[in-house]
Amino acid sequence: MQDVKTEPVLAVEAVPEDLQAEAKGVSLRDVTKKYGSFVAVQNITLDIPAGSYTCLLGPSGCGKTTTMRMIAGHEDISEGDIYIGDTRINGLPATERNTAMMFQNYALFPHKTVWNNVDFGLKMRGFPLDERRRRVGEMLEIVGLTSFSDRKPAQLSGGQQQRVALARALVTRPQVLMLDEPLSALDESLRVKTRGELRKLQRQFGMTFLQVTHNQDEAYSLSDQIVVMDHGRVDQVGTPAEIFSRPLSRFVARFTGDNNIFAGTVTSAVQDTQSQLIQIDVPGLGTLLCLGDYAQVGSEAACSIRADLMQIKSLAEAEQSACGPATNRVTARITAVEFTGYVTRVSLVLERGGLEVLYKVRTPDWLTTAFAEGQVVALDWAATDCVFLPH
Amino acid sequence: MSETWKTLKPYALITPQTLIFLMFLVFPILMIGVVSFWEFNGYSMTPAFTLDNYRGILTGVTFKTYLNTFKFLGMVWVATLLIGYPVAYFLAFHVPKLEWQILLFLLCTIPFWTSNIIRMISWVPLLGREGLVNQMLMGTGLVQQPLEFLLYSDFAVVLGMVHLYIIFMIAPIFNSLMRIERSLVTAAEDLGASGVQVFKEVILPLSAPGIAIGSIFIVTLIMGEFVTVRLMGGGQSASVGKLIQTQIGSLQYPLAAANAMVLLAVTMLIIVSILRVLDIRKEL
Repeated sequence: MQDVKTEPVLAVEAVPEDLQAEAKGVSLRDVTKKYGSFVAVQNITLDIPAGSYTCLLGPSGCGKTTTMRMIAGHEDISEGDIYIGDTRINGLPATERNTAMMFQNYALFPHKTVWNNVDFGLKMRGFPLDERRRRVGEMLEIVGLTSFSDRKPAQLSGGQQQRVALARALVTRPQVLMLDEPLSALDESLRVKTRGELRKLQRQFGMTFLQVTHNQDEAYSLSDQIVVMDHGRVDQVGTPAEIFSRPLSRFVARFTGDNNIFAGTVTSAVQDTQSQLIQIDVPGLGTLLCLGDYAQVGSEAACSIRADLMQIKSLAEAEQSACGPATNRVTARITAVEFTGYVTRVSLVLERGGLEVLYKVRTPDWLTTAFAEGQVVALDWAATDCVFLPH
Repeated sequence: MSETWKTLKPYALITPQTLIFLMFLVFPILMIGVVSFWEFNGYSMTPAFTLDNYRGILTGVTFKTYLNTFKFLGMVWVATLLIGYPVAYFLAFHVPKLEWQILLFLLCTIPFWTSNIIRMISWVPLLGREGLVNQMLMGTGLVQQPLEFLLYSDFAVVLGMVHLYIIFMIAPIFNSLMRIERSLVTAAEDLGASGVQVFKEVILPLSAPGIAIGSIFIVTLIMGEFVTVRLMGGGQSASVGKLIQTQIGSLQYPLAAANAMVLLAVTMLIIVSILRVLDIRKEL
């Protein structure tokens, strides 16, 4: 077996014409999936643009896989409509949807060779033999597995199996390719590399990719659009940058990154130039300022600050620099310092309120300071960096 | 000490098993092999080296008995496969809960809950001249005369064997079907396979080892079978197993031994040819 590190990266720059497909978008309108009385997916309305790379992101059990399986046709739709392009596909068999799916753990046919695995979809659809030969050959070349075509899946490494699964799904020229946790079975270093290959493949083929993942790094690095899901609902849809810097709910803030979340009551909302400067009274801690689009005074809400957007100061330093009007300041005791390479993660407990917070800093910057575990420090952050979370 | 022990330990561990294997399997077979070359008359047998016992097998009646045994084997094999595969498929793919699968699987073992004799006798009120089946057929006017072939016939023998041994076909096929990842079926459907194609391209090839193991069970059981042949055949049917038993009963040990050796060889040959066609290593 070949060493994974020396495996060829996807080499072909241009995809042969007969492997290209017209990309189609996917639209969901009020889609619901029920299993008896259990609602797995609730009233999802969503647009997946043609030719985009979209990730459904969420914890296990959030309904992301069910949503994808409904689009692929492996799960009935309880209520609502799904469109691919302009065609309503409710009730259409999976075969007639022009979609293809790459399964978690790949679901390669163990008794068939690599060639026959890739050929399967074409054979089932009754393509003439010479066209099957040409397309399978081209596809195997694209994924760099030409010399492995006689092997059985069990004789391949994890990365090679992954590429066979990808080739098998792509060879039928689907308009939408669905990927169910395609990287979860790979080890860390291969995962990062394969991530890049997937992105490149999507650009080359130009088709719509819809991926299910529970890993936010994967979603950030791959997607044009991220759909964050929780408890069968869509929580937020946005570009990776939007999801990362402007989460709209506590769940998204917690799930998509290292955010510190403070829950409380809205005490005032002042109209700024474009958005509102909102005051939240956090029980035990005091008042925090944050930025949001709209807030109802008196409502329960929260705000979130990214762990890397805070500034750490010694108490003496903090006394000298007065806290500005649009700055939040808390004092906290350092409980743990974790070195993770480029970034150092510092855990702290607030002196008032006792909440745990996380502070992230570039390791070179951390090393120039002299804070130690047990020390009480001040944490400052700008109100404009602090995101208002309506729910 | 410990180094020597380390080298000897594996040998020590396999010694008891090897001894039992030699004493109770290899040695008896060798004995039978030796005896099959002996001479015998009505009263005694004498150590010798004669091929007469084997020559007898190729002549008329005995050879026909072999052919008859193959006929039973073929019919029972086809019947157990055609009935057993759908049953196993139903259990594996259409019974959703494990508890129900176990319960229904236990139902298949019901033929083993009573003794052979009782089971065979209970066929009589069902299949006999005045039995339930004949009464029903005559009552509905489908036949005028009671059907004679239902009991004490080759049909009855095959029926009895299928009833008794079908579980040996169902169990290995069920086992291999249960090992098929359900995502493979979904993947095949996703790639455009119809129900028939999913079965032909995915399920059947992946359950072939189960069919092979089931077939080996059936071959070994049917080739040596004599009880069902005697009870259900009512003296009308013959098989090699029954022939050997009769020969032992009349003290023709060398003849019985020769038949046993040929039967063993033929059975092994069939099993080897099954293994040549189907690879069962994955199931073991």
